[in-house]
Amino acid sequence: MYTASDLRKGLKIEIDDEPYVVTNFEFSKPGKGQALYRTKMRNMVTGNAFERTYRSNDKFKKAPLEERAMQFLYAQVDEYNFMDTENYEQFVIPADNLGDQVNFLVDNMDVDVLMFNGSPLGVTLPNFVNLEVTKADPWAKGDTSGTDTKPVTVETGYELQVPPFINEGDKIQIDTRTGAYITRVKE
Amino acid sequence: MLSSSFLWQRARLIQAIRCFFIKKKFLEVDTPIRLPSLIPEAHIEPVACGSWFLQTSPELCMKRLLAAGEARIFQICKCFRAHERGKRHLEEFTMLEWYRSGCDYFDLMADCRELFAFLAETLDISPPGCSLTSPWQRLTVEEAFRKYAGIGLGEVMASGDFDEILVQRVEPFLGLKSPLFLYDYPAELASLACLKKSNNSLAERFELYIKGLELANGFSELTDPVAQRLRFAGEQELCRKEGKPFQPMPEKFLADLAEIGQAAGIALGIDRLAMVFLGKDNINEVVAFPPDTGGSDTSSGRH
Repeated sequence: MYTASDLRKGLKIEIDDEPYVVTNFEFSKPGKGQALYRTKMRNMVTGNAFERTYRSNDKFKKAPLEERAMQFLYAQVDEYNFMDTENYEQFVIPADNLGDQVNFLVDNMDVDVLMFNGSPLGVTLPNFVNLEVTKADPWAKGDTSGTDTKPVTVETGYELQVPPFINEGDKIQIDTRTGAYITRVKE
Repeated sequence: MLSSSFLWQRARLIQAIRCFFIKKKFLEVDTPIRLPSLIPEAHIEPVACGSWFLQTSPELCMKRLLAAGEARIFQICKCFRAHERGKRHLEEFTMLEWYRSGCDYFDLMADCRELFAFLAETLDISPPGCSLTSPWQRLTVEEAFRKYAGIGLGEVMASGDFDEILVQRVEPFLGLKSPLFLYDYPAELASLACLKKSNNSLAERFELYIKGLELANGFSELTDPVAQRLRFAGEQELCRKEGKPFQPMPEKFLADLAEIGQAAGIALGIDRLAMVFLGKDNINEVVAFPPDTGGSDTSSGRH
């Protein structure tokens, strides 16, 4: 159990059987009065924001969340299939819940999956992934237009800006948190 | 790297406060920070230090000095309150308290005006966005709740949400153009203040606000040991109900209390005073090593 004085940004608690993450938190206390904890939270299933003021003796259950190591197997239409690497149990996560992360998922990739009461809530990707460039315009030597990047497409269908020397078939490293190009990978 | 300019400003403020009280013939006192028992207060949790406690305010000791015959005393010291940490709170903070015998809470309000005028003039600084020279405002708690929250005090007390309404709907509007005294608190929130002779449902207690920030809490002292013992017992009962650490009855204080005639005392947060004068929104910006930021780790070899 947590009490209100444990509240802080990023804490995950359970309210009415749903997991919430604290997104903003402000302590206040009028002179000689009681401590008040003005808390903004996000429902980790629906994404809905929620705001409430708690008193110091209010108590919270720790959200029953666990991270499990899984492998991304394959995508089928809008459903992404993952497998627990310990017990081979398989789970489906809808593309909508993955958001921009679908841009960086390639078959057999190892990820961490956040589970709530036995259902997957979301995926933590590695910070950096290596993806193959599947479409790139050749570098026009002598191009004096002054642009120092060009758009390419990688194997997941994701489009991004890279330096002009990147060619089709190159592997490049991408930061999954920002979606930005980091470097060319030699193999 | 720690920027030191605010440390100079903070130090000058504290030095000027000292000058002010010395000029006014107050005795500067220095009372123990570690005590065997503190004031039983349900909403203030002390930090334990062995089997004793670090003070949450120097109030008990300073009033015992009043009882011993000192008429005008002040102290600048560290106080500790467990779990109080936020943009406006530090668990370890610096407090100014002063006490005067033969005075009431209106005299303390006058002291505040004089002190702030002295600081502004001596240091040639003024709180950004708040005029110290415009007339200071005064609102009773009843007037403030009616004006800003649209609720009468009776209804507020019945709702049990005094603190929530005060913090969310009243405080943000207090002392915006010039400093404001919020005064005449409901008797239930009297703390160690005496009740008004003309209306015993109200206590002679006030707080000073500047730009929505509560800076000081002062009152005409309750000097009746029987009534004070009853209030402490009420706080002890609240602590027991809520499973909070128990504070024994401060018997020496109660025994001395009868020796104090009419008196008034006030506590003013120095860190918050520095916030107001330096125009800072976060208390972290006015102390050298705010905790939680790695700054208090003096073993890092930065010095």
